[in-house]
Amino acid sequence: MTFYNYISELNWNEVLDSIYLKTKVDVKVALAKEDCDLEDFKALISPAAESFLEEMAKKSHLRTQKRFGKTIQLYIPIYLSNECQNICTYCGFSMNVKIPRKTLTNDEIIREAEIIKQLGYDHILIVTGESNKTVGLEYFKNAIRLLKPYFSHIALEVQPLQQNEYSELISEGLNTVLVYQETYNEDNYSVHHPKGRKSNYQFRVETHDRLGKAGIHKMGLGVLIGLEDWRVDSAFNAMHLNYLERKYWKSKYSVSFPRLRPCAGASDLKSTISDSQLVQLICAYRLFNKELELSMSTRESAKFRDNIIKLGITSISADSKTDPGGYANPNENLEQFEIDDVRGTREFIKLINEQGYEAVFKDWDLSLQ
Amino acid sequence: MSALTIAGKTFGSRLFTGTGKFSSNNLMEQALLNSGSELVTVALKRIDVRTDADDILSRLDHSQFSLLPNTSGVRTAEEAVFAAELAREALETNWIKLEVHPDPKYLLPDPIETLKAAEELVKRDFVVLPYVHADPVLCKRLEEVGTAAVMPLGSPIGSNKGLITKDFLQIIIEQAKVPVVVDAGIGAPSHAAWAMELGADAVLVNTAIAVADNPVTMGIAFKKAVEAGRLAYESELGMILKKADASSPLTTFLED
Repeated sequence: MTFYNYISELNWNEVLDSIYLKTKVDVKVALAKEDCDLEDFKALISPAAESFLEEMAKKSHLRTQKRFGKTIQLYIPIYLSNECQNICTYCGFSMNVKIPRKTLTNDEIIREAEIIKQLGYDHILIVTGESNKTVGLEYFKNAIRLLKPYFSHIALEVQPLQQNEYSELISEGLNTVLVYQETYNEDNYSVHHPKGRKSNYQFRVETHDRLGKAGIHKMGLGVLIGLEDWRVDSAFNAMHLNYLERKYWKSKYSVSFPRLRPCAGASDLKSTISDSQLVQLICAYRLFNKELELSMSTRESAKFRDNIIKLGITSISADSKTDPGGYANPNENLEQFEIDDVRGTREFIKLINEQGYEAVFKDWDLSLQ
Repeated sequence: MSALTIAGKTFGSRLFTGTGKFSSNNLMEQALLNSGSELVTVALKRIDVRTDADDILSRLDHSQFSLLPNTSGVRTAEEAVFAAELAREALETNWIKLEVHPDPKYLLPDPIETLKAAEELVKRDFVVLPYVHADPVLCKRLEEVGTAAVMPLGSPIGSNKGLITKDFLQIIIEQAKVPVVVDAGIGAPSHAAWAMELGADAVLVNTAIAVADNPVTMGIAFKKAVEAGRLAYESELGMILKKADASSPLTTFLED
């Protein structure tokens, strides 16, 4: 039994209807509860909840502070390669996009690590495209070994791997794996992932099961907002989270909300989400799950990020480059996507402090492997 | 108010504090100084022992404070022992708050791994203060392997729900031969006062102080509550009658 078996029983349109038929009464019931269930979550992300945004935000703010305190965890991505053998209709690394390809060597990885370390970061997120021959298990093992002396917490956002591969990486010191489903709609998934190993929907949707079995400390999930109706995809993501939390209770979970950004080769978006709807979604997750980590990247604008800190987000990246080697030698031609908030680390920390929050760089330790 | 002694060390304050969740390290320092707390717990994972100038540690560098490193983040006894050894080396104290929670959602302590780790750490000359469920039998077992205190929870960590385990805390307090420190869930000074009235030897508070709008004055409020509760306990509270006396005496027939 995996999550694939679980969602095979579900009908996309029924889930869609169950969200869009929610009323203001359903929203009020959800807001009155201490612990919200999946139906409450659907009410909170439904159009009926849009007029309750301020109330949702206040509740989300208080609940987040109670669990996480007045702190924000900072992390930074390190792009190691933009080689990719997948075609994804929305991604700047997609195989059919004509950009120069680069995979960092040992020296280049260390150079990036040294620059990032000087900025103060201690939690790092390794990102690559999917190129199994050049950037596979051995490459990741080597990268983790190189980065471990610099950073207390290492996360990985790369192609889905096999359970035994995850086990090996965990024993090398990997702490967290992020794999976004992009969309839970199997038909639409095929449209956006026509070629490459990524086109295997079942393998991707079962990734977190493999991670749970491998005993990963933390796993992240999410959908790429723009591919499908964000409400329905988010409801599926919430079901996935519920399923995982019960089954793999020793793992910690985080959810991100990537909105599609302009990039080389991008196609039209099926679904867009406004700023206020994104706030609604973030607050709904917080009311649904008080302990969940909610993460935000520099895809979003400075103004949005500054204001979202208080609303439920618990970890945030800054000062990021999405091109391999970009900290030492920025090269826009190699980027996965354009970042929006381009402020430097010090400037961003100052902003966090002004909001009454402490920017936390280190919240893990090498001793905790 | 009498002083509290744990493993030969005497504390004038029965309010122990945590160092996480504050909006700045400066505010943490001010709040803890004003709370009168003399034992402050700090997560090994939050401090950087590779630098000489860790900001959290330098803020805690006051004669008022003794450090109580904790093993937050470990999931097994083996990891706990390893983390404790690192903490002892880095912070130069053999005191350790033992926390083993394999469940990262509710951060509930694993009783089996905690007992195993406690036994090993005592053998290695640590002063062990284990964070546990309000389980009276487990507390006795920990006492038997030589922990310096027991730290049962009042309610889930960070929940601010107060002493929802009160009935079990009372049994633990009644039976314990080591100090009992109520840890986790204390969300208001009244909860802390209540724990002290019940006979707890100390309380550990973090979230309620750190997340208050004014952590400095909240720290003072907790200080006063803990003192008041302890004084009330030492003054021996009169019994609080739940009901008015029944109208007709039931035993006067014996005098006939």
